[in-house]
Amino acid sequence: MDENIKITPPEMSLGQKIKKILTHNMVTVFFVVLCLIGYYYSGLTFGFLLNDIVTRMVRNSFLVLALLLPVMAGMGLNFAIVLGAMCAQAAVIFVTHWGIVGLPGIGVTILLTTPLAMLLGYLTGLLFNKAKGQEMIGGMILGFFSNGIYQLIFLILVGSLIPFNNETLVLSSGVGLRTTIDLADGLKYAVDDFWRLPFTTAGMGFGALMLVHGVIRYIKGIPSLGQKAGNKKYILSSVAGVALAGWLYYIKGTESFINFIKVPMLTAILIGLMCVFTTYFIRTKLGQDFRTVGQDRHIADVSGIHSDKTRLTAMIMSTVFASWGHVIFLQNLGTFSTYGSHEQIGFYSVAALLIGGASVTNAKISHALLGTLLFHTLFIVSPLAGRNLFGDAQLGEYFRVFVAYGVIGVSLVMHAWRKQLENKRRLSQQ
Amino acid sequence: MKTEHNNEHYVLDMRDIGKEYYGTRVLSGINLKLRPGEIHGVLGENGAGKSTLMNILFGMSVIHNTGGFEGKVYVDGEETFIESPVEAMYKGIGMVHQEFMLIPGYSITENIKLNREITTPGILSRVAGKKLETLNMEAMNKDARKALDKLGMNVEEWVKVAGLPVSYMQFVEIARELDKENLKVLVFDEPTAVLTESDADKLLESMRMIADSGIAILFITHRLDEVKRIADRITVLRDGQHVATKNIEDTDVFDMANLMVGREIKMDSAKSVSSEGKAVKMKIRDLYVDMPGELIKGVDLDIYEGEILGIGGLAGQGKIGLANGIMGLYNSEGKVEVDGQEVVLNNPEKALKQGLAFVSEDRRGIGLLLDTSIELNIAVTAMQMQEQFIKRVGPFTQKDNKRIREHALKMIKDLDIRCTGPQQITRRLSGGNQQKVCIARALTLNPKVLFVSEPTRGIDVGAKKLVLDTLLQLNKDYGMTIIMTSSELAELRMISHRIAIVNEGKLEGVLPPDASDVDFGLMMSGEYHKVKGKEVKTDG
Repeated sequence: MDENIKITPPEMSLGQKIKKILTHNMVTVFFVVLCLIGYYYSGLTFGFLLNDIVTRMVRNSFLVLALLLPVMAGMGLNFAIVLGAMCAQAAVIFVTHWGIVGLPGIGVTILLTTPLAMLLGYLTGLLFNKAKGQEMIGGMILGFFSNGIYQLIFLILVGSLIPFNNETLVLSSGVGLRTTIDLADGLKYAVDDFWRLPFTTAGMGFGALMLVHGVIRYIKGIPSLGQKAGNKKYILSSVAGVALAGWLYYIKGTESFINFIKVPMLTAILIGLMCVFTTYFIRTKLGQDFRTVGQDRHIADVSGIHSDKTRLTAMIMSTVFASWGHVIFLQNLGTFSTYGSHEQIGFYSVAALLIGGASVTNAKISHALLGTLLFHTLFIVSPLAGRNLFGDAQLGEYFRVFVAYGVIGVSLVMHAWRKQLENKRRLSQQ
Repeated sequence: MKTEHNNEHYVLDMRDIGKEYYGTRVLSGINLKLRPGEIHGVLGENGAGKSTLMNILFGMSVIHNTGGFEGKVYVDGEETFIESPVEAMYKGIGMVHQEFMLIPGYSITENIKLNREITTPGILSRVAGKKLETLNMEAMNKDARKALDKLGMNVEEWVKVAGLPVSYMQFVEIARELDKENLKVLVFDEPTAVLTESDADKLLESMRMIADSGIAILFITHRLDEVKRIADRITVLRDGQHVATKNIEDTDVFDMANLMVGREIKMDSAKSVSSEGKAVKMKIRDLYVDMPGELIKGVDLDIYEGEILGIGGLAGQGKIGLANGIMGLYNSEGKVEVDGQEVVLNNPEKALKQGLAFVSEDRRGIGLLLDTSIELNIAVTAMQMQEQFIKRVGPFTQKDNKRIREHALKMIKDLDIRCTGPQQITRRLSGGNQQKVCIARALTLNPKVLFVSEPTRGIDVGAKKLVLDTLLQLNKDYGMTIIMTSSELAELRMISHRIAIVNEGKLEGVLPPDASDVDFGLMMSGEYHKVKGKEVKTDG
C-alpha cells in the first residue's frame, strides 16, 4: 500500500451540517420543540420549572443510567429493570417495617436488595440468552410475569404465611399490604437530606469543573483515539462552564427564586460517580468485551469471547444498578404505590433514554441525562399547558401518558426506518 | 509424541483425514503437509471438501457436534487435538477470512487486538479482578502500527474500519494474524475474490513476504494463475478425495484444471445440438443483478427455442443470480426479451404473467408452502396469476376444488410424485418429491420458458436421476425451453444442449456438453480466455 489514503469526511457547508445534525437527532429535536411550546403555554416561571427539574433529575437519572450497559452489550433497551425495581421495593418495605431510618436504613436496604437483584439479573440473563434478538419484548413480558409473583407475595402471602404485624403497612384485614406506602417517617430524603447546597453554589462548582476538564482535554487531547490537542469542542465546553458559573453568580446577587433552590449533593454525587464509572468501564477489558459482543456476537465468539457469559454479566450489572437507582428514586419521592411503582419506572426510564437520542443499539451518558431532562420537563409543563390551552388539566395529563408510551413506539419506528434507509444505500452502492 | 519418520520438519501435518456427516462421506484419506515458509495452494471445486478440511483444522463446533473426524493432526511434529478456533489460535494457526471478521464500529487497532487487548491494572481491577483492567490504548496502537508497517500500510491505526476500502479491510485482517506472535500457519480463504486486480497483486506480494519470514501459508483459491505465480506446492481435492500433491514446477494451469474437474463421467452426456437455424426464444442484454453473494455484472445471452441451456460456474460467481434476477426476485437492470416482448424486470408478478416460470434453488424457503397440501401447492401460483381453478359466485371468487383435485392427480401421475395422496402436506415429502411438486406448479402455468435452479440439491442419488429425466422428458415431449442452473457440472453435461459458464458475474463462455474437462475447468476458474486467447468465440 504505497499511496496514503485520507479518510476524512468530505467538507460540508454550514447548511448541510445543520441538516445532518437535525436528521440525526430527529427525536430529540422534536421533543425540545415540544418542551419549549409546553413551557410557553404552561405559564410557569423559569425558577419554578428549574426547581422541579432539579428534583426530578436527581430522582430519576441513576435509573436511566442503569439502562446503558445492556444497550452496549447489544441487548437493546432493558425493560427488565422492573425486576431490579421490585427488589428495591421489597427491601424498602421490610426496612420500613423494621423502622430503620435515615442513612443506616438506606445501607440495610442496599445490603438486602443487591444479592436479590444479582440473582434476578442472573436469571433474566439466562432467559435472554435463550431468546436472543427478542430481549426487549422478552424483558417486558418478564416484567409483567414477575409482577404477578410480587403481588402474590405482598398481597396474599404477607400477613398470612409471612408474619407481618404492622398496622400502618398492612390492610385492615391483616393480609396484604396497603396500596400506597408512606416513607415520611423512614427513608424519605435519607440520602437527599445528607447534604444540600444552594443551586447557585452547586452550579458554580459544576461550571468550574467543566472549565477545568475542558482546559485539560484541550491541552492534552485524547492521544489513544488519535484526537489531537486543540479540539474546539473543549473550548466550547469550557466557555459553557464559565457562562454557567457567571450567570449563577449574577443570580446570587438578585432576589430570584432560583436562589431558594437546593440541590441534594450526595445524590448528585452518586449520579456523577455512576457516570464516571460507566465512562471508565467502557475502557476496561470487560467493557470492550461488552461492546464487541454488542456489535457482532459471531465475531466475538470466534475471537474467543464468551458472548453468553458477557451478556449475563451485563444483565446482572444492569439489574443491580437499577435496584440502587430505584432506592434513590423512592427515598426522593417519599411515598410509592406498592403495586404499580416498579412497572411505571421501567417504561418511563426507557422513554427518557429514547427521547435523549439513544437508539436500541447506541446509548450514551449524554443521551441518558438529556433525555431525563426533556422527559421530566414535558411531565411538568404538559398538564399546565393542557389546562391553559384547553381549559382542562385532564387533557394535559392524558398527553403526559401518551408521551411516555408514544415516544417508545415513535423512536423504535424511526430507528427501524433509518436502518432500512441505510441498508438500501449500502445495496445501491455495490 | 514425535513423528516417527522422516528428517524433514513440517509445521503442520494432517494425516489421513476423513469425515462423515450423518452417514454421507465428505472427506477421506486427505494428507496435507506444510513446510515452514512455503505457500501451499489448495485447489478444488465447490463441494470438493476444502472448507470441511479447514473446519477440521480450526476445530469448528460443526465438526465436533457431528461426531468428530478421522485421522491425525500434528502441529510442529506434535500430535494435537484442536477443540475450538481459539485453541487453534493458541497453537499458532490463523486464518484470513473470506467474509471479513472485522467489527466496523471499531478502529483498526481495536480490530487487530480483538480479545487480545493489552491492559493495565486500575483502581477497579484491584477490587474486582483482571477483567476490569483498563485498556492500554497506547501500547495497543504501537503493536498495531508494527503489524501494519510489516505490510507496508500507511493508514492511521486509529481510523474506524467502517469507511475503509475493501482491500484495506483484507489487510487489516492479515495484520491481525501477523500481530499474533506465535503464528506458524496462516490460511487464506479465497483472499483475492473480492479484490481488484492491482490490489490482488499487492496481496500476493505480501503473502510471499509473509512466507519468506518463515510462516507457512495455506492458499485456498480457484484462481489457477495466482497459484501458479506464488505457490510452492499444490494439493488438489475432488469429491472429498485427495487427488494429487505436486510441486508447482511439475504442473501448469491446464494440468491443475484437469485435476480439479476431471472425473470419469459415468452418465452419458447429451449430444451437442447445433443452434443454427433455431429461433431465439429469449434474449438477454447487458443484465445486472444485485443478488447478495451472487452478483451478475453485465451478461449477454441468447436462448434458443426448445433447448435446454445449462448454467454453470463456481459458487458466488453469479450463476444463481441470473434466474433470480430475470424473475424479479432481486433488483436488476438491463434488457430481457421473450419472443420479442420485453420482460418487465423487478416485478415477479409481471415476469410470471409473461410466461416465465421458476423452480427456485431455495425449495423449502420460497419454493413450497410446507404446511399446505400438494394439490394447493401445485395450483396456488396459477390461481393467483392466471385465475385458473377459480369459479365466480356473484361478486365473490371461490377456488374450484374439483378441478384442482383433478389437475393435481394428473400431475402426480405424470411426474410420478410419490405421496399418500393430493392432500398430503409437502413437508412430509422427500426432497425429490418436493422438487417434483415445485416443477408441477411451474408447469401448471404453461410457461414459455422454465427456469430451474439447483434441481438436485439435497436430493439422494436415485431421485436426482428422476428429476433430471423429468426435465428431459418435458423438453422432448412438449418442446419446452428450459434454463437449468446447477453447481454440478456432471448433471449439466448430462441433459443440457449447451452450457454457459458464469464467472465473476460475467459470461465466461458457452461450451457444448461434450467439451473437455480442461475447458470446463479453465472456464470455471476464469482462465479460459487468458490461456486460449481469442481462439474460441462465445455466443452472445
